[in-house]
Amino acid sequence: MPRHSTTRTAPRRGAVPFLNRGFYTGWRIATLFIALLVIIPLSVVFFSWHDPAREIWQHITETLLGNLLRNTFWLVTGVSTGTILLGVSLAWLTAVCEFPGRRFFTWALLLPLAMPAYVLAFVSLGLFDYAGPVQTWLRAWFGSSSWFPDVRATGGVVTILTLALYPYVYLLSRNAFQTQGKRLLEAAESLGCGPWRAFFLVVLPMARPWIAGGTLLVIMEALADFGAVSIFNYDTFTTAIYKAWFGFFSLPAAAQLASCLVLLVFFIIVAEQRMRSRMRFSESRQSAKSERILLDRRWRWLAFAYATTVLSFAFLLPLLQLLRWSLNIFHQEFTSRYLALLGHSLLLGLSAALLICACALLLAYTARRHPDAATCALVRTANLGYALPGTVLAVGIFIPVAALDNSVISLGRLFGFETGQIFQGTLLIMLVAYLVRFMAAGFKTIDGAMHRVTPSIDEAARLAGLRGLKLLGRVHLPILRNGLLSAFTLVFVDVMKEMPITLMTRPFGWDTLAVKIFELTSEGEWERAALPAVTLLLTGLVPIILLMRNSES
Amino acid sequence: MKIVKTLLLLTVLIAPVCGSFAVAEEIVVYSARNEHLIQPLFEAYTKETGVAIKFVTDKEGPLLQRLKSEGANTPADLLITVDAGNLWHAASEGLLRPVDSKVLAANVPANLRDVENRWFGLSLRARTIVYCTERVKPELLSTYAALGEESWKGRLILRTSKKVYNQSLVAMLIAEFGEEKTEQIVRSWVANLATEPSSNDTQVMEAIAAGQGDVGIVNTYYFGRLLEKNPDLKLALFWPNQGAAQSGVHVNVSGAGVTKHAKHPAAAVKFLEWLSSEKAQNLFADANLEYPVNPKVAANPEVAAWGKFTASPFNLTQAGALQGAAIRLMDRSGYR
Repeated sequence: MPRHSTTRTAPRRGAVPFLNRGFYTGWRIATLFIALLVIIPLSVVFFSWHDPAREIWQHITETLLGNLLRNTFWLVTGVSTGTILLGVSLAWLTAVCEFPGRRFFTWALLLPLAMPAYVLAFVSLGLFDYAGPVQTWLRAWFGSSSWFPDVRATGGVVTILTLALYPYVYLLSRNAFQTQGKRLLEAAESLGCGPWRAFFLVVLPMARPWIAGGTLLVIMEALADFGAVSIFNYDTFTTAIYKAWFGFFSLPAAAQLASCLVLLVFFIIVAEQRMRSRMRFSESRQSAKSERILLDRRWRWLAFAYATTVLSFAFLLPLLQLLRWSLNIFHQEFTSRYLALLGHSLLLGLSAALLICACALLLAYTARRHPDAATCALVRTANLGYALPGTVLAVGIFIPVAALDNSVISLGRLFGFETGQIFQGTLLIMLVAYLVRFMAAGFKTIDGAMHRVTPSIDEAARLAGLRGLKLLGRVHLPILRNGLLSAFTLVFVDVMKEMPITLMTRPFGWDTLAVKIFELTSEGEWERAALPAVTLLLTGLVPIILLMRNSES
Repeated sequence: MKIVKTLLLLTVLIAPVCGSFAVAEEIVVYSARNEHLIQPLFEAYTKETGVAIKFVTDKEGPLLQRLKSEGANTPADLLITVDAGNLWHAASEGLLRPVDSKVLAANVPANLRDVENRWFGLSLRARTIVYCTERVKPELLSTYAALGEESWKGRLILRTSKKVYNQSLVAMLIAEFGEEKTEQIVRSWVANLATEPSSNDTQVMEAIAAGQGDVGIVNTYYFGRLLEKNPDLKLALFWPNQGAAQSGVHVNVSGAGVTKHAKHPAAAVKFLEWLSSEKAQNLFADANLEYPVNPKVAANPEVAAWGKFTASPFNLTQAGALQGAAIRLMDRSGYR
């Protein structure tokens, strides 16, 4: 753990660090700037409390709250348990063991990243619900399908979100296992641990920061998800937020509910960091080519079957269904407009991913250089945007931007010239909004990789006279390469799938594939939405495949 | 620091180029009715008049918030959205302006527009009963309320109460029967449900077709779409509440209003008049298998084939005002 490295600019004890002039180094100022971008929309959300929506809160506490809390609890518990089980086991199998098809599964198991959760939800519900082909077929053969589990119950939603989100845990913990290699396990075994015991006592705890980082992303995604839960008509905090806003027409009540969600996530982040800060995770340098564990015959094929099952339900089956639908409507739906939509999606995804990775790298590096509490708090704050439902965040950004525009316009009038809106409806604002929303996805991945840079590497570099940007560029970046690529892929795919922010902040004419999916699905035209969904999916696959090729070589 | 400064400078320099500027012959539309349903109309209008139409689509909530935050500087001239509740809300927030137009007054019946003419319905959809023709005799159906009778136990399928269409329907029931009686009706529906409420109307109909239940409540155009896809569907529509003293079928609209701070109000009104005209009404309604609001325009034959019905005279302005009460009532009754 690099947190022990000393810094000359550490603020004096007892003083309020933000008032101390020595606090403001270039790195911290940049971090503060990024954190401010997040703090502004968050404060719009929290500011809603100046006018508590008592009537709506009373209604919510009387009739809905118990069910909401119960559902949210089961969703978070179920999905985090599920994603850890799937993500960690698959990461271990593909990173350290050898079984048939391992090379293929290594990258294929990441493909579900490109599948938006709402698409997976809809397709799966269509396949497995009472009227779907599976149960219809069962009824035709056995006369009844009443024994079939109710897919629209809690278990169904948890399964869908687990399948959609496990790649986050898989990707991050795989990075960890890859560096640990087999040597750690051998060391433990030489000390008398059986393979299972060694896995749980040594390997797993050593991978903990990565697993925790991935799980945290999953929890935030699950809490902020609206698309999938609403398709299952499963009431969570997010659906209550939407009800307060669209049903009761009370944006303040919606924002107040959302602020509870942000607090919850903040506590989870702090608790996780508290637990972790007592541990050190120095990593041994990776052996050139660590040998893999050869599973025996039975286990080998079990591993194959397991990976195949996960991949089928999370990706192959829904993809086939989408393709089938797309072929049905391709001739009447496909126009050259799709190329424009695709172009917009790509451009936005790429530029947002670049921007976010740069900022996330900056945050991770600042946190490493300045491990004091105040800087840590700034960095944590900069990551909170991921927990907000996109729509609420979109409003949190839109309100201050519109206010800024309005004051600039009035100022202009004062001096006698008319301007249109200046900031609103520009790509710049859109990118800032993406930055606020997806910072965590980039940061968690890069920060996890940053832990791999041992303090001794830093010390050696310092002795060689490398500091600041040079240290970052010459020493850290090459070590961080895989982490950066992972972060880039995650963010790129996330931005391409994003709907509410894109809808609210896009300039005229800047429709994307996600916008098209929204338009068609909101009218219940799921089959027609298959074409943009497939296009989005296939585009998302490109960076994922490239990423995995790279990390394998 | 240099980077920050440069970025700020760049922003100020580049932004005006990206920003939108008003052009003479142009209307800007914020629409919650989606692209594939409105763009053909925009293109037809531009072709006919040369007036360009710029638009963005989004959900109703964000669009209204957008109008609100932009205030007097909004570029939007026209707001198009579905459901009277949303239109009512936009009007009550002071986002729309009254329009004094003889053409619109003649083309749009009074109960399908705002009392102060701040918004106008442009297409009509009915929310009605759908049943399985194999297992249900239509003589057994009568009213929305009667779906709560003992004989439908375990046979009713409904969409979620979170959808505004159901909220408007219950708002109409409240206006007709009062809260207490309506709550009884909704509770009796919930007691008769065959399965948990679905998230959309198509699922409701598919579940009925597959035999999970026998009756449900859906919007007409969803039925039309499903029928186009699957002509052998064993489902049919039933028009409830048709008795002499009864309220009639619940109808709702998609509609539009000119924004309070429109930059091209005259052009926007002209476009609105055109949308309500005989020429455009079929284009507008048929795109989504809805009914035209203009009484001089006949519905698409496919739509007309579902039969004639008496629509509820319930003024849609009320649906918006009662929407909150309707949601509370459904929550209390355990209708998810």
